[in-house]
Amino acid sequence: MSKRIVHYINQFFAGIGGEEKADIKPEVREGVVGPGMALNAALGQEAEIVATIICGDSYFNENLEEAKATVLAMIKAHKPDLFIAGPAFNAGRYGVACGTIANAVQEELKIPVLTGMYIENPGADMFKKHVYIIETGNSAAAMRTAVPAMSKFALKLLKDEAIGAPKEEGYIARGIRRNYFAEDRGSKRAVDMLLKKIKGEEFETEYPMPDFDRVEPNAAVVDITKAKIALVTSGGIVPKHNPDRIESSSASKYGKYDISGFMELTDADHETAHGGYDPVYANMDPDRVLPVDVLRDLEKEGKIGELHKYFYTTVGNGTSVGNSKAYAAQFAKELRNDGVQAVILTST
Amino acid sequence: MRLELGKIIINDVQFSTATKVEKGVLYINKNEMIQALSGDEHIKSIEIQLAHPGEEIRITPVKDVIEPRVKVEGPGGIFPGILSKVDTVGSGRTHALKNVAVVTAGKIVGFQEGIIDMTGPGAEFTPFSKTHNVVIVAEPIEGLKQYDHEAAVRRLGLKAAQYLGSFAKDVTPDEVKVYETEALFDSVKKYPSLPKVGYVYMLQTQGLLHDTYVYGVDAKKIVPTFMYPTEIMDGAIISGNCVSACDKNPTYVHLNNSIIEDLYEKHGKEINFVGVIITNENVYLADKERSSNWTAKLCRYLGLDGVIISQEGFGNPDTDLIMNCKKIEMEGIPTVIVTDEYAGRDGASQSLADADVRANAVVTNGNANETIVLPPMKKVIGSTQYVDVIAGGFDGSLRPDGSIEVEIQAITGATNEIGFVKLSSRGY
Repeated sequence: MSKRIVHYINQFFAGIGGEEKADIKPEVREGVVGPGMALNAALGQEAEIVATIICGDSYFNENLEEAKATVLAMIKAHKPDLFIAGPAFNAGRYGVACGTIANAVQEELKIPVLTGMYIENPGADMFKKHVYIIETGNSAAAMRTAVPAMSKFALKLLKDEAIGAPKEEGYIARGIRRNYFAEDRGSKRAVDMLLKKIKGEEFETEYPMPDFDRVEPNAAVVDITKAKIALVTSGGIVPKHNPDRIESSSASKYGKYDISGFMELTDADHETAHGGYDPVYANMDPDRVLPVDVLRDLEKEGKIGELHKYFYTTVGNGTSVGNSKAYAAQFAKELRNDGVQAVILTST
Repeated sequence: MRLELGKIIINDVQFSTATKVEKGVLYINKNEMIQALSGDEHIKSIEIQLAHPGEEIRITPVKDVIEPRVKVEGPGGIFPGILSKVDTVGSGRTHALKNVAVVTAGKIVGFQEGIIDMTGPGAEFTPFSKTHNVVIVAEPIEGLKQYDHEAAVRRLGLKAAQYLGSFAKDVTPDEVKVYETEALFDSVKKYPSLPKVGYVYMLQTQGLLHDTYVYGVDAKKIVPTFMYPTEIMDGAIISGNCVSACDKNPTYVHLNNSIIEDLYEKHGKEINFVGVIITNENVYLADKERSSNWTAKLCRYLGLDGVIISQEGFGNPDTDLIMNCKKIEMEGIPTVIVTDEYAGRDGASQSLADADVRANAVVTNGNANETIVLPPMKKVIGSTQYVDVIAGGFDGSLRPDGSIEVEIQAITGATNEIGFVKLSSRGY
């Protein structure tokens, strides 16, 4: 039996009109419309576009939540095995709509999705991490090359075949790193790369530098003598015997522990779970990493308002930036709700 | 400086009544070897076991891996400043027992030791599944402090390699390879048209189970300096670390540094490989600044035209790596950096803890966060009881049937940043 595909396009590609018709609401038509015809032909016997959803670009972007829900319901009603949006080429709002809806379908309907865009389409940057975006030319003139690339990839997704590297498959790199065994050992690749670099020949780095996420410091606390201050650490300080078993590396969780009863930390009550630094001195006196003793002094001297009742802790060693962000997003809310005005973040 | 390295190819290792090397077989008198290693007051018991490629054996927790070598001609002895006097080594002749490794195991010191599987999917990831391993399981006395425990086992491994190596002294090697590095001005005169290439060799120096020793000196306490590559082949640099075992350099890798080997391959032909600058990875910012300033200064001073920089470790040392790269590039010298990645189990996070646009030539040896399931093995040398807590393990890593789910971070040598292995990573 041929697999079912639902296709999403905008008002322009549906032949309804240009900018003046960009406010039309979502509608569904049985079978193919516009570029769907060429796609359907390229898919052959194995898959078929059973319905096409059409929505105006302005309408979608200006009524995002509502449009998303409506379109999602229309797609779901047709029980697709795969969803294709676009290609949007360099049309910015169309690209964002394609990315948004493809991502929503993937998350909610748990089926493979696919779209196509020009690399500079803002939708590409927003969604390349989440969905496969076949790289296309920058205008509809590139439909000739976009259609075979997208239909070929669609069939691969439908058959659940292994997806190769972006260059081989034609999709925009998602920034996901996967291991493989290279032909030559790393040292030989390094020597070869250096020779090319010295000679001024072209070479390809194996890891393009990321856009580094640098955090601007907040404005200073106005009156530190009244401020409630919390301690947060990636140095792995935990109550003795690590009750929540936070990992020594690549931590999958963080801990929240009550220090209201402690004037200082000692080797009798706390230790480090961190596997990435010399633990001897931290275990001898955990205050070295989580300075409860000094903050109690400051509290007594009236130099800070108070030390927050709980501290938050994880192990930074090998823990991914993605996980770290997720932990902080959770406990930052709690800290704010607890009236904490400043955090001392210690790392190791 | 000229070194002849005589390679004695070993095809099998067996216990026997006398320790000797004969027709490609290393015979070991177990009791005699234990006797030779005994005498450290910190060690309660020593046991020796063999693990051959393809056997259903798992070795853990692994501390160091060492190739047996012996000095045959020329000044000094193997592991100078530690087991031998501090003579400058690296010239004359040295013999190595190839395809053999001493592996130290036994009670865990920290959270940090690694796993070697001799067969199955895990074996693909460690270079030490292909060697005949003489495993020293050393148990410490009760109440021994971590520093003393680490030092005792480190020394024991080196002694074991020295003991086995000594039997290679009078054996005719299967192959002799000559490595030669001329004095700087002579080499420039000899190869006037070849680019002068150096190697910045970063050594892990962050404390317990994170240390490296150079002629017996704790490398935390050095300033960057210049060495002949052949000194390193005689054991001038030894490992005192294995934390997150995937990307630490066991002594075996120092002895067989593949960047040095691959640079020598091109020496006198496409490049003039003038030598090695060693530097450290200390935890203090001032140390990081000083050491990276010095590596850049030495690269300039030597008039280098290109540099390979290798890292050891990740996270904190990423800053040392990027500082070295940035400052050397700012001297107008092209660099290639050799590292590995911690991109998360899903591979979606940024891979390094520091970055700079000048680091535009990167060789990666893989994402250490990727997970693997290691099937149960018939025999375990050491103990799997620590698997949940070593770096790369997690609560439940060790399953009831003896299989293990871990990040490849826990596998000795999996993402080695000398580029000793073929594992790499690419973007999808």
